Amino acid sequence: MSVVISPKIDLPPETPFLPGPPGTHITIRGLTKHFAGWPLYENFDLDIPKQQIVSVFGPNGCGKSTLINMIAGLIPIDAGQILFDGKSLAQTKIGYVFQNYRDAMFPWLRTIDNIAYPLKLEGKSKAEIKHRVDELVASFDVKFDLMRYPYELSGGQQQTASIMRALAPGPEVLFLDEPFSALDFEMTLFIREKLQQVFMQTGTTMVLVSHDLEEAVYLADQILLLTKRPTAVADILHYQDARPRTVETLSQAGFIAAKKQSMEIFQREVRKPARMQAPGTLALS
Amino acid sequence: MNDTVAPSVTVAASKPVATATTTPPTTVVRKRPALGRLLPIVGPIALFVVWDLVVRAGWIKAILLPPPEATLMAMLKGLAGGPLLMDFSVTVVRTLEAFVIAMVLGVPIGVLLGSNERAYRSVEFLIDFFRSTPSSALIPLFLLIFGVSDINKVAIAAFGAFLIVLFNSAYGVLNARKQRVMAAKVMGASRWRIFCDVLLWESLQATFVGLRSAVSMALVIVIVAEMFIGSENGLGHRIIDTQQVLNVREMYAAILSAGALGYVLNVVFIIIEKRIVHWSGR
Repeated sequence: MSVVISPKIDLPPETPFLPGPPGTHITIRGLTKHFAGWPLYENFDLDIPKQQIVSVFGPNGCGKSTLINMIAGLIPIDAGQILFDGKSLAQTKIGYVFQNYRDAMFPWLRTIDNIAYPLKLEGKSKAEIKHRVDELVASFDVKFDLMRYPYELSGGQQQTASIMRALAPGPEVLFLDEPFSALDFEMTLFIREKLQQVFMQTGTTMVLVSHDLEEAVYLADQILLLTKRPTAVADILHYQDARPRTVETLSQAGFIAAKKQSMEIFQREVRKPARMQAPGTLALS
Repeated sequence: MNDTVAPSVTVAASKPVATATTTPPTTVVRKRPALGRLLPIVGPIALFVVWDLVVRAGWIKAILLPPPEATLMAMLKGLAGGPLLMDFSVTVVRTLEAFVIAMVLGVPIGVLLGSNERAYRSVEFLIDFFRSTPSSALIPLFLLIFGVSDINKVAIAAFGAFLIVLFNSAYGVLNARKQRVMAAKVMGASRWRIFCDVLLWESLQATFVGLRSAVSMALVIVIVAEMFIGSENGLGHRIIDTQQVLNVREMYAAILSAGALGYVLNVVFIIIEKRIVHWSGR
């Protein structure tokens, strides 16, 4: 009744869910996350495209890793909605590669059993597991002994194994949280190539957090640049050089332009004064 | 892998080491050239030489300190079928009984408490309090409950050892690396699977530290109990008995064998630990 009498002072209309453009895989709407009462993400919207690699890049402390951890369900969100092709996280198969492979692998299992672990969780039969692991070994062209324990392998080998583990169940989305940070240059190059190769074979949607701009651009279809906190999307750059990209790509005009543009946006964001300050504190970053 | 067991054992200094001074310090030894391998026996030899000199020079009366070779012979003879063997085995059996009770109760309860931090916090004070109470101070209490019996000695030793096992297992779970738990979670593991596949394994290292301290603690309490709770056998009983009649040679032999027992138990546990928790410290 009251609606009829005073239609003007109504509750604000609930914002309807706006689907992303065609080809969107992950839709994030109204994502809010506070840390210690202080907003990190406030009403954050984002569309992550399907079958593309998105690199996340931004200033220190803007919550790059937090973002993918929230999408992957590792950190609870305060408010908002995250959907994968319209499905919830529970209905979606995801893979996650941690920066610190040493604390991500299970040292009590042989490397091969580490890789097979997600398949065991799915209740796959021994034969199916073996088949899938063999497939992964072939596609990664593994040269080291998978019967060894993870701690007996080099860092690069461990990270390779942990990527194989993440890919084993055939995830719809693969999250990578600074997967190269703990590796030497040679291994970084190797694993970068492997990732690109897997991507070209499977078209798995990948979300990559990187603190190295070259790396971020090299693998990406889209470079997602974030602002300082409270974090918003500063810009999304498209980088469309053909794959496979190689070392030569790094010196090509398209790459250099994309990197330069990313750098400019990044620097613009870093130089901006913080948009808000915690009461009674100085902006520390 | 199976090189002879010199006590060359590297143990990652784990966080919660149990109460008392019962754990002998673990030695960190690296691969050494052949001559260096003899280093560990330098100390014992020096001790025996000093001991022998002291006795020969008559600085300590022979009635208080027998010569080392006589003591060693008394120990070996005693352990090779003499009366010492009987007391020795009784103590071993009691210690192991107490230890097994402590382990069977302590590990599961500890792991369960550790996996529920609120539950652990609510009993933390009790555990810490009784863990800090010298178990020997509780002997009279246990006497009231169990009377002067064999069960009494095992019960009090089991109690002291149980708290150590409980505490270490719980801490092992509480301090499990969060990232491994997250890795399992992101792969879709249920809470129960995370518990079985990650938390239990993560806690093993600390659990073994607890078990090793617990077996030492059990031995200490069993021997004390044998000394003071009217016992007819056991190493503790033997030590007191021989002391009363000033049979120092037998007394030292019993003391040495108690030391050897404690040492061997510790080494056995380190070997088992290295087998099972093979990733420890890597």
